[in-house]
Amino acid sequence: MSGYIKNEEAGHWLCNACGTELTFGMIEVHYMGSGYPVELPSCPKCGQVFITEDLATIKMAEIEKLLEDK
Amino acid sequence: MEQNELRELEHLCIQECAPWCVSTCPIHVDVRAICRAMAQKDFVTASQLVRKTIPFPRIISKICDHPCEKTCKRGELGDAIAIRSLERAALDWASSENVRVRILPAKNKRVAIVGAGLSGLTAAIDLARKGYECLVIESADRPGGSILDYPETDLPKSEIEADFQILSDSKIALEFHKKLGKDCSITDIGNRYDAVYLGIGGRTLDAVETACFSGKKLEIDPVTFETGFKGVFAGGSIRRLDTLYSPITSISDGRRAAISIDRFLQGVSITASRDNEGPYQTRLFTSMVGVEYGDRIPAVSPHGDYSEEEAVDEAQRCLTCECMECVKVCEFLSSFEGYPKKYVRQIYNNLSIVMGQRHGNKLINSCSLCGLCKEVCPEDLHMGNVCKAAREIMVSRNKMPPSTHEFAIQDMEFSNSDKCSLIRHQPGTDSSAFVFFPGCRLSGSLPQNVQNAYRFLTQCLSNGVGLILGCCGAPAEWAGRQEDFCRVSEHILEKWHEMGSPTVIAACSSCYEIFRKSLPQNKLRSLWEIIDTYGIPDDSHKHVGITLAIHDPCSSRHEPGVHRSVRNILEKLGCDVHELGLSRNLTECCGYGGLMCFANRDLVSRVINRRIRSSPHDFVTYCAVCQDHFLSQGKNTMHLLELVFEKRGSENVLNRPVSYSSIRQGRLFLKRSLLREFWRDNLNSTQENEMIKLYLSDTIQDLMACRMILTDDVQKVIQFAEQSGRKLVNKSNGHFLAHHTLGNVTCWVEYSSFEEGFVIHNVYSHRMKVLEASGS
Ligand code: SF4
Ligand code: SF4
Ligand code: SF4
Ligand SMILES: [Zn+2]
Repeated sequence: MSGYIKNEEAGHWLCNACGTELTFGMIEVHYMGSGYPVELPSCPKCGQVFITEDLATIKMAEIEKLLEDK
Repeated sequence: MEQNELRELEHLCIQECAPWCVSTCPIHVDVRAICRAMAQKDFVTASQLVRKTIPFPRIISKICDHPCEKTCKRGELGDAIAIRSLERAALDWASSENVRVRILPAKNKRVAIVGAGLSGLTAAIDLARKGYECLVIESADRPGGSILDYPETDLPKSEIEADFQILSDSKIALEFHKKLGKDCSITDIGNRYDAVYLGIGGRTLDAVETACFSGKKLEIDPVTFETGFKGVFAGGSIRRLDTLYSPITSISDGRRAAISIDRFLQGVSITASRDNEGPYQTRLFTSMVGVEYGDRIPAVSPHGDYSEEEAVDEAQRCLTCECMECVKVCEFLSSFEGYPKKYVRQIYNNLSIVMGQRHGNKLINSCSLCGLCKEVCPEDLHMGNVCKAAREIMVSRNKMPPSTHEFAIQDMEFSNSDKCSLIRHQPGTDSSAFVFFPGCRLSGSLPQNVQNAYRFLTQCLSNGVGLILGCCGAPAEWAGRQEDFCRVSEHILEKWHEMGSPTVIAACSSCYEIFRKSLPQNKLRSLWEIIDTYGIPDDSHKHVGITLAIHDPCSSRHEPGVHRSVRNILEKLGCDVHELGLSRNLTECCGYGGLMCFANRDLVSRVINRRIRSSPHDFVTYCAVCQDHFLSQGKNTMHLLELVFEKRGSENVLNRPVSYSSIRQGRLFLKRSLLREFWRDNLNSTQENEMIKLYLSDTIQDLMACRMILTDDVQKVIQFAEQSGRKLVNKSNGHFLAHHTLGNVTCWVEYSSFEEGFVIHNVYSHRMKVLEASGS
């Protein structure tokens, strides 16, 4: 999983507490005992991530289903 | 039910059984498929089907004695399908010619066939195809036997010649002018050949028996065609000395004997699995509902054969017999494009998968367990029981997808938590003759009317009417979570015993169905029965002149007493009751049963749609979920309690279904309100996040319903974000985006501050865990 969130989408948001722009990095996501590194935007200072509606409701939902049916 | 028992249920479904024409045809020509193809003008496919099964299609389509037509289902209302004429037309109007003969590699075994009639020639062809070297010995000067007796007008010699081309194509040797017992002896043949088939017809039987078997009668086994003499088989007209000649039965005999000869020569069991050879009684059921009387299409041509158009018209009269009774009435069964026999197989296979994707999970979890299938099935197959058993097996093996039922189970736990549940004797008493159990959904959807109903009960019943608020455990039962179900159910029973085992008055049909299994029969009543018996309140609003179509909840299916009471009440209220086509024991599920709506959202909206379109009238029902489901697609639906207790006309019904969040609110409200009115008890249980005020547009509320996100969840996310400061801010519009993990779900909320609360712009969630660094 990589490139699911576009630069310009992440570019709309700032970390409210740190006042910083989000930067892309590999972040571990896991479900039902399987884990993957995913390239996701997050605050370089406090680590707060950003996940878009599409990533959550389309791609993640799809993978969740695949893993649940395994 | 164990996995193996489940498998056995597959046998009950008769959808794959042969139609009458096919089972009665001695060689099981696929008449239904032929008719189906011809009805669509596909003569090529039809002729291929004819040629595939019939070794001499031109001859048979002229002279077949067509026993199939005697049993054809179409014949119950008018004329049977003209099956033989259609087979003829298939050959006449298809462009393709004889099928190519395919022969398996030679087996180095030799079979002698005595008699070149239809049975002998069929045996020879079938055996030659399997790779046996075949010799046919015939006393006449040409092949054909009895068919040579037909006049040219009925069976032209040219047709015989065309069909017999296959003999030389199959490399079958023929010797003529040879009489068994005169020109050759059975011992001699027995010495030179590995097996013998006698298809000698009746006329020479005595002579053959005298000459070859020392006068002993040939006893022909009706299944295997063995004669009692090793390696000697017999069939054809010889088996039917005193009946009319049946060309198709002779062909069938030859074919079945060839199966035995092949098995004999291979040294395998001759008797194993020989069911349904030759004509047999099918188990199929086909409904004649909606079929109109119909005469056979006459053939205009003088020789009686159909033109192309006539054949198509006749083929279109075929009912293409099948069962599908349950599929016709169940949206779930039709949506997976099969029928129970297939589904049971798929479910069994799904349960057997050790590694890999389980594609059957959705099928198993989409059934509403409503049992309508069993009501209409001629064999009483209950797919709901199959799906439920499969769910229990999945849960016990830890293979149930966790997301499917989690929301419903959490909702059940919420109802049974201290926040909503309540167990009391009637105020001022310390014993209960009755106990009212309104159920969790009704309590959440129509709390005020539950309160009205309780007040009513305490007024008309004496010796104490206690109260239990909570969930009966149906969601756990439907989800296949036996342990959870038993826990809930045992808890209720324990409390019930502590109350002195009062008679339970259930308002919800699902609770009623659950209690039916756990309570003694004389300890269970329905609220509707009580209202019917004691009469509606004097001040009930009368709904004179209003027609309402009544929807019976699927869980009331086997409760005719409840159906009666509900109709009596409606009559007392002055309503005109319209009965839906499928009602009472044949009623349809609204799409909530079996937790269908958590497993298959698209299916539920089709289920609802199908139901609400079945009548133009407004609906009345006595299940809160059914009401919500129909309202969700714009169908005006009253709950019976509203009609009984609310002083307003049915024109003022709610037009928006209640949301999961407001159902929860309703339950909290109900407990507080009942405690205040009856027990003078003021609960103060508002939690901190309930103080957070939200502004939710209709669009956001719909989105929350569809994503199963509760108001409470949104409040928790905002509370967390505002307290911790952990949120993102949008550079252009200033919206905040925050997330928080609640149980197994991470919920995201986009919001902005407004007055003393928050406007919600978007909500979404996921179950995957994101390993978020906590900061540097
Ligand atoms: S109606 Fe058609 S499918 Fe049914 S028995 Fe007759 S020919 Fe066969
Ligand atoms: S139980 Fe109901 S939903 Fe399930 S297959 Fe039978 S009729 Fe259809
Ligand atoms: S009603 Fe359904 S389950 Fe029953 S035999 Fe027919 S197709 Fe099979
Ligand atoms: Zn930060």
